[in-house]
Amino acid sequence: MWLTHVVLCQGLDDGPDFLSEEDRGPRAVNVDLQTDATLQVDISDALSERDKVKFTVHTKSTLPNFKQNEFSVVRQHEEFIWLHDSFVENEEYAGYIIPPAPPRPDFDASREKLQKLGEGEGSMTKEEFTKMKQELEAEYLAIFKKTVAMHEVFLCRVAAHPVLRKDLNFHVFLEYNQDLSVRGKNKREKMEDFFKNVVKSADGVLVAGVKDVDDFFEHEKTFLLEYHNRVKDASAKSDRMIRSHKSAADDINRIASTLYTLGTQDSTDVCKFFLKVSELFEKTRKIEARVAADEDLKLADLLKYYLRESQAAKDLLYRRGRALVDYENANKALDRARAKNKDVLQAETSQQVCCQKFEKISESAKQELIDFKTRRVAAFRKNLVELAELELKHAKGNLQLLQSCLGVLKGDT
Amino acid sequence: MAAEMEPPPLGDAGQTDFREIEDGEGFFVSTVTTLESPEPSSPDPPSMPAEGISTNGPKQEDISLDDDPEDLFAEATEEVSLDSPEREPILSDGPSPAITPVTPTAMLTPRMGLGTAEMFERSLDEIEEDDSGDTFDMHIAVSDPEKVGTFNTVLMYSYIKTSMTIFSKNETTVRRRFSDFLGLHSKLASRYLHIGYIVPPAPEKSIVGMTKVKVGKEDLSSAEFVEKRRSALERYLMRTVKHPILLKDPDVMMFLESSELPRAVSTQALSGAGILRMVNKAADAVNKMTIKMNESDAWFEEKHQQFENLDLQLRKLHASVECLVCHRKELSVNTASFAKSAAMLGNSEDHTALSRALSQLAEVEEKIDQLHQDQAYADFYLFSELLGDYVRLITAVKGVFDHRMKTWSKWQDTQLLLQKKREAESKLQFANKPDKLQQAQDEIKELEGKVQQGEKDFELISKTIRKEVSRFEKERVKDFKVVIIKYLESLVQTQQQLIKYWEAFLPEAKAIA
Repeated sequence: MWLTHVVLCQGLDDGPDFLSEEDRGPRAVNVDLQTDATLQVDISDALSERDKVKFTVHTKSTLPNFKQNEFSVVRQHEEFIWLHDSFVENEEYAGYIIPPAPPRPDFDASREKLQKLGEGEGSMTKEEFTKMKQELEAEYLAIFKKTVAMHEVFLCRVAAHPVLRKDLNFHVFLEYNQDLSVRGKNKREKMEDFFKNVVKSADGVLVAGVKDVDDFFEHEKTFLLEYHNRVKDASAKSDRMIRSHKSAADDINRIASTLYTLGTQDSTDVCKFFLKVSELFEKTRKIEARVAADEDLKLADLLKYYLRESQAAKDLLYRRGRALVDYENANKALDRARAKNKDVLQAETSQQVCCQKFEKISESAKQELIDFKTRRVAAFRKNLVELAELELKHAKGNLQLLQSCLGVLKGDT
Repeated sequence: MAAEMEPPPLGDAGQTDFREIEDGEGFFVSTVTTLESPEPSSPDPPSMPAEGISTNGPKQEDISLDDDPEDLFAEATEEVSLDSPEREPILSDGPSPAITPVTPTAMLTPRMGLGTAEMFERSLDEIEEDDSGDTFDMHIAVSDPEKVGTFNTVLMYSYIKTSMTIFSKNETTVRRRFSDFLGLHSKLASRYLHIGYIVPPAPEKSIVGMTKVKVGKEDLSSAEFVEKRRSALERYLMRTVKHPILLKDPDVMMFLESSELPRAVSTQALSGAGILRMVNKAADAVNKMTIKMNESDAWFEEKHQQFENLDLQLRKLHASVECLVCHRKELSVNTASFAKSAAMLGNSEDHTALSRALSQLAEVEEKIDQLHQDQAYADFYLFSELLGDYVRLITAVKGVFDHRMKTWSKWQDTQLLLQKKREAESKLQFANKPDKLQQAQDEIKELEGKVQQGEKDFELISKTIRKEVSRFEKERVKDFKVVIIKYLESLVQTQQQLIKYWEAFLPEAKAIA
């Protein structure tokens, strides 16, 4: 396939301008983060090869932990996952919402379409073929940009988190300029993961059943459960809607081509009409495609991101619930030990450990959940406002094109 | 009243009874009436009310002669029986002196009063003016599909037309079923196609669609099917009557006027006639391949090629537009489902302002889904159906070209035969068989006549086709121009609505604190 070298910090050049202007830079769209001079992370470059994408992670930091103030390393998707998993497995971080891992770069659909196009080359005119190829290239590019953005958001979230940013693995990830030798999980490990998840969800059900004394957490539990499901549904439906939109834009593309042919062939008065309308549809189709792309960015991606974040928040609640259960069990064990007057000291220490763990988690969890809400509201606001503004911009653009064409055509008759 | 009336020119009985549309059976009640337009040479001031307006006195209004259906639809429908006293004043008013009495067709003549049971109120004027100065002043609206009969339910379509001098009534309502339309087309085709006239093809049969309707399934798809068919029949009739030659055909006149038509049995697909048709079609196809014509006339060569190209492109375009219709319908459905989902999300969101904004988003998307649906409707009825019609029309055009080839071929064959006979005759001259000689000479005389006739036929069909093609092209240009403009206007409307909706939403989104 192709080698696509995308230099992000210079913004994207040429081509159909797929992402809106605001997204050209490495800003994380879905998350409202403050940029902090002490540690700034971004993905300055990315290379797409055959099966993998190589991200150039660029760090600027005034922290003493690093050898230099500015440096870059090359990382692949598996290394991001390794970093994420190391957070999840770290007991110390049980009380935090772990920033969700970026999804795997998936160019399969795009690749398939390109292949189909190549096979069908004989059945269409040269212009059509070039047009479709450009379309698909633009689509590929868009997916590419998205995956880069999502990996970057993950790193930025970590860098912005007061505790996680200090994590040693994170620093290694940022600085160590050799391959981390993080192989992807083999089959056995994947099976283990699968079972762990099964156990966890079963456990989660049990834990969720325990009514919480604390109103705040009880409310959060109910809220998050419902919210997560509804975001999932909204995300799926928005994807379908946007896909239909893209299909309709593609149809208009074909219609424009055929109208053009008709216009060039026709010897009567109406050929002017055909040509003008063909020209019009070429332009409006581009706008329609942009509408779909913007909806994708501002709506679909937003929903997808909060799907993952709400899952991470749920995981936090699960961990707290688990700690609560452990705490309560430790209490019961202590009572029993006291009653029997056997191993009391052991039971006491165990109980204290559980108590501390639970309280630590509860405290940070509360703050995390409040922050989550703030971030969520801010992100939705930003994206919904931008969505509405873009929709308006495009509709007005469309309207102007249509009206000017109508004016010309009506004047002609 | 009777004294003022003149007997109708046609053989229609004085008491033509038009079938009454019983309220119990009908789906819809109202129909659209159509009007005549004055001749272009008579400039009538817009305030002329009597000009081709409905017969109901109190409802008479100044109706501008421009196309303005919206206002007129606002009038209520009223059934007026012929004998109602209200009608008389209008009838006797007749043409007011201010109306230029150029054409008698423009008047509401007293001929109205013949057994018409219902006259419908609404008036729609469509002024059809031809550049060449032909006065085409008839309009047909097919409407009111109604189920009749309990068992073998059949859909009846009524339509109303205005008439010109050759018809007896100015406004008539008749009821026809689908096979009647097919029967009409079949008669016209057999009569006119082979001499070079482009006969508009009738809408196609659809067993699936009709079965659903017959079975009584009152769902969206069967309603759509009925509407699609109604619209197609209307366009078919309009095209047929616009053709000056076809309009004068007695079958057409009978179709448009008489209350009862003999059942057109031969239109059934599996009837004997149907099978014969299929066999003939196959035979034609084979013949076409074997005829190689020496085209002496470059015009025909060129036109033939043009129509081939046009056919190809129109089919392609039609397919793309059908795709678009399909995807837009899909988009509408998906938008609606997303709207519901967003509403649910808004419900579960515990931040009040965000929750409200999400609910607003859901409302916007719901309105947008309706917008997409309407646009898909326009895509279909304006754009897609026009293309479909023209694809079928071009098939008819190609058929006419083929008939010319056949005519030529027949002529050539007759010539060849004549030559052979002449050779045989000259041989017979020396064979001393006087009877056979006489016979041969007779045959030759006959054949010479036939050859002459063949040549004349060929020249006639060529001339007819030239005229027909020129008329067809004019119509085509007009049709496409009109439809394209209407379609673009529908797109403009959609965008304007979109702007309205998003502008209403933006402050809501900004209000999230």
